[in-house]
Amino acid sequence: MGFFDFLYKEKKEQLNKGLEKTKVSLFSKISKALLGKSKIDAAFLDDLEEILLSSDVGVKTTIEIINRIEKRATDEKFLGENELNKLLRDEISGLLDDNALVAKIDFDLTNAPKPYIIMVVGVNGVGKTTTIGKLAHQFQSSGKKVLLGAADTFRAAAVDQLKIWGTRANVPVVALGMNVDPSAVAFDTVKKAVDEQFDVAIIDTAGRLHNKVGLMNELSKIKRVMQKVSPDAPHEILLVLDASTGQNAFEQAKQFTAATEVNALALTKLDGTAKGGVVIGISNEFKIPVKYIGVGEGMNDLQIFNKNEFVDSLFGE
Amino acid sequence: MFENLQSRLESAFKTLKGQGRITEINVAETVKEIRKALLEADVNYKIAKEFTDKVKEEALGQNVITSLQPGQLLVKIVNDQLTALLGGEVAEINLSSSPNIILIAGLQGSGKTTFTGKLAYYLKNKKNQSVMLAACDVYRPAAIDQLKVLAEQVGVPVYTDYETKNPVLIAQTAIAKAKEQGIKTIIIDTAGRLSIDEEMMNEIYNVKQAISPNEVLFVVDAMTGQDAVNTAQAFNERLNFDGVVLTKLDGDTRGGAALSIKSAVKKPIKFVGMGEKMDALDVFYPERMAQRILGMGDIVSLVEKAQMVYDEEEASKLNKKIAANKFDFEDFYTQIQQIKKMGNLKDLMGMIPGVGKAIKEIDINDDAFKEIECIIQSMTPKERKNPEIINGSRRARIAKGSGKDVQKVNQLMKQFEEMKKMMKTVNKMQSSGRNMRMGFK
Repeated sequence: MGFFDFLYKEKKEQLNKGLEKTKVSLFSKISKALLGKSKIDAAFLDDLEEILLSSDVGVKTTIEIINRIEKRATDEKFLGENELNKLLRDEISGLLDDNALVAKIDFDLTNAPKPYIIMVVGVNGVGKTTTIGKLAHQFQSSGKKVLLGAADTFRAAAVDQLKIWGTRANVPVVALGMNVDPSAVAFDTVKKAVDEQFDVAIIDTAGRLHNKVGLMNELSKIKRVMQKVSPDAPHEILLVLDASTGQNAFEQAKQFTAATEVNALALTKLDGTAKGGVVIGISNEFKIPVKYIGVGEGMNDLQIFNKNEFVDSLFGE
Repeated sequence: MFENLQSRLESAFKTLKGQGRITEINVAETVKEIRKALLEADVNYKIAKEFTDKVKEEALGQNVITSLQPGQLLVKIVNDQLTALLGGEVAEINLSSSPNIILIAGLQGSGKTTFTGKLAYYLKNKKNQSVMLAACDVYRPAAIDQLKVLAEQVGVPVYTDYETKNPVLIAQTAIAKAKEQGIKTIIIDTAGRLSIDEEMMNEIYNVKQAISPNEVLFVVDAMTGQDAVNTAQAFNERLNFDGVVLTKLDGDTRGGAALSIKSAVKKPIKFVGMGEKMDALDVFYPERMAQRILGMGDIVSLVEKAQMVYDEEEASKLNKKIAANKFDFEDFYTQIQQIKKMGNLKDLMGMIPGVGKAIKEIDINDDAFKEIECIIQSMTPKERKNPEIINGSRRARIAKGSGKDVQKVNQLMKQFEEMKKMMKTVNKMQSSGRNMRMGFK
């Protein structure tokens, strides 16, 4: 048990470290705004608005949060800093959805179908391939048989990039080379995963901007083709979002969900100065839970997102 | 979720209507809406505030000229201010050294390597330069291979070294090689790095010190949110870069980061990335970016596109025909071909202000004209020139020939007649010197 405790603690420290910037920018400012205040007034709400907006939370969600806090503060006759912290925490936590079944399946794959097929999608440069490399390592480390599928056959050297991650994580990669039909790669990957009884198969796809209809249709096709081998595949459609992206992340979530029914989010580059506040709004609006967060470039720098830990770390606990 | 700023401001402008002057009170609501629009476009919070304060100052006390509604006036002030802020002096890439050394820097995933390939293509094909690339991203798996593939596509040499893990050394060796071979321009691709990563920021600083580039370009994703300011400032402090490259602008982001960065570091935006192909690189147009941030559509681009395919002679011929009420199916067919030449229909419509968001959800078929073309092609030349002779039995034959229902043919005939009538009216108005007033609302 002691060993696992240590692991848990280390993970939490990593999360805290990764989120340090977010924490600093959010919490310290909130305390400052609160200093010497015994009630929520216009000036406080202005400060709160600035804090939320400059964390990429977005106009709509910010207004929503502020209105609710204003209302609750009047209803509950708020007094004091601690109560406000709790109020704020409740509100943010309420916006972060964690209901989807897929969010409950962790690296141990308890109760997961076998093989568990994950399809990874997103716009260019968000860190899809890196996320897959980290995922492969994590599943492999928890004793699972992992297969990768190199279905980004478009971007120069993308297949090579995934192969290198395969070598690093010590897992096989299905690759048919560049410029082949990505659906064919997906088909072969799922087939091999089924035939050879892999626990999990992760399929990489080319980055694409969500306003390109042709490319979005291609994603739908890749998904359909997988279903010819395994009718429920893919079990997890993971949309990777860059934490430094602004309000456009909403459109990304919307369009990718329309094309492929995204059911999990990964938020990458959270170790930057990026704030990632946009996920609060996305999670709230689309009811897609954040499942993974990337907090560094090492193989271990990917974690399963824990809502409570996240909110705790925002408030410095 | 973003609406056209003009339509958004409409409700706010209701308070302004019928008032002769813009005053502190009646402008407040409007300024708030402008700020909201800027925030939704990812303009930095502080910069949006500064900007709207300035707009307010400018607008206060201005007489609302009768021909202009207060709203229009404000939008004009906003647009002018924004264009001025984004623009300033137009700065081309500096190619005055021999050899030219161009250093590329930016965050992970911003599009540095793709841009490096595009820049090589641009310099080689548009500026007649001999170009060599240097692969200094020694960290990301297969980054060197990626640059190699792009260099091959563009047809320029690339210097790689899989063994040396020292970017300074690789850059220096590449430059020495290029000099030996008499190559004019060397572009140094580097690894993506976070601005808060001291070690990596030191590394790129050292690369810069060692090679003294005459041009340092900061590559940034146009979709970046509030943090764009901090990142740009951090890179600028260490590298004092010469220009900014805004990538992935072919997406639907409003690109407020452009304004944030420009205001924060006062460096020109030199290029914009518009796609994944090697020729998808464009120079920066401040006024278009201003309109994009405000959600006003890229009407200028549309007009330019139209001008490109618009044949003046052809047009005057057509005008005469319309005036004489002789517009026929031949002309109609030619018109369709012209529209098709302008490109993807959805892209075109997206450039019209106000239309962009409305059609976003609709999947417009590029074959929208196919049915019409098909029916017209099933007409005899005589029928095309003399639409009035197309009677019932001819319609039945045309329907059969084109594989469509007679109703479809009837529908087209009716639309054609209506169009003809409308064209005649418009034509008359133009020739009598009256201009159609484009309604603002």
